[in-house]
Amino acid sequence: MEIRRRKNQIEISELDPFLAELLREIPASTNPEGAPAAEERIFSSPTNGTEPELRSEWKMYVEPELRRLFQTATQIVASDLEQLNGNEKSLANRALRIPTKHADAWLSALNQARLVIAAKNNFTETELNDHLRSPIGSRRDLSLFQVNFYGFLQEFILREMEY
Amino acid sequence: MSAEPLWAEVAEPLLAGFPPAGSNAAPSTVGLPTIEKETDAEEALDVPWQVVVHNDPVNLMSYVTMVFQRVFGYPLDKAEKHMLEVHHKGRSILWSGMREPAELYVQQLHGYLLLATIQKVS
Repeated sequence: MEIRRRKNQIEISELDPFLAELLREIPASTNPEGAPAAEERIFSSPTNGTEPELRSEWKMYVEPELRRLFQTATQIVASDLEQLNGNEKSLANRALRIPTKHADAWLSALNQARLVIAAKNNFTETELNDHLRSPIGSRRDLSLFQVNFYGFLQEFILREMEY
Repeated sequence: MSAEPLWAEVAEPLLAGFPPAGSNAAPSTVGLPTIEKETDAEEALDVPWQVVVHNDPVNLMSYVTMVFQRVFGYPLDKAEKHMLEVHHKGRSILWSGMREPAELYVQQLHGYLLLATIQKVS
């Protein structure tokens, strides 16, 4: 896989089917539903428990806005990922071009996916710092690889966009 | 120039209700004036509030720094200082002030999926 900035695009090329599939899983991975720990992390409390009134107002007025914000980012990423649609064979050496104007949406969706996967798997800090673990040992190892791969993409986008 | 008029002006209200010097009269039941503190709802809102960001091992350090620059307009060195404080100490106070802007800051930080809370200054 190669990743580079080309004018107004970030190009991820020479994608093998495995990494292409991980990319295609980004939108689904952002969904915290069915995992209370993930839901709690994505919609975390704005107080440390001392302001119950603020907490209830937050749930009523702010959370729906946050949901819309996250959903918009995920939809943008999903539309960019349509470039990778096709069967596994056709995914070989495919390229993905992300318009730089979509960079914020990608940063948001990648971050959300990483948080949801980490919360669902209850990864420890030690595990999250283990960047050399093979993805083929177990489903948990694959999820950890996914978190790190998405983190790598986030880092690249951040660096290229010079935030 | 006599000081008497000024003294009278100041002292008379304070001494009102007290017996004149040398008098055997019983003291009046009227007490000292009390100064009442205004405690309206607006005052409660004026209590300074803090925006606190908490550590999360998943969020990337570079991402957190970028968010602090964007949300608070901090220069890179200040944003990094706060990011490192979050990383090493578990939390950092990013901003203090009125409740309404503090809530808006926390809302923005949640939009970037950072663990942020609002709390009253103790």
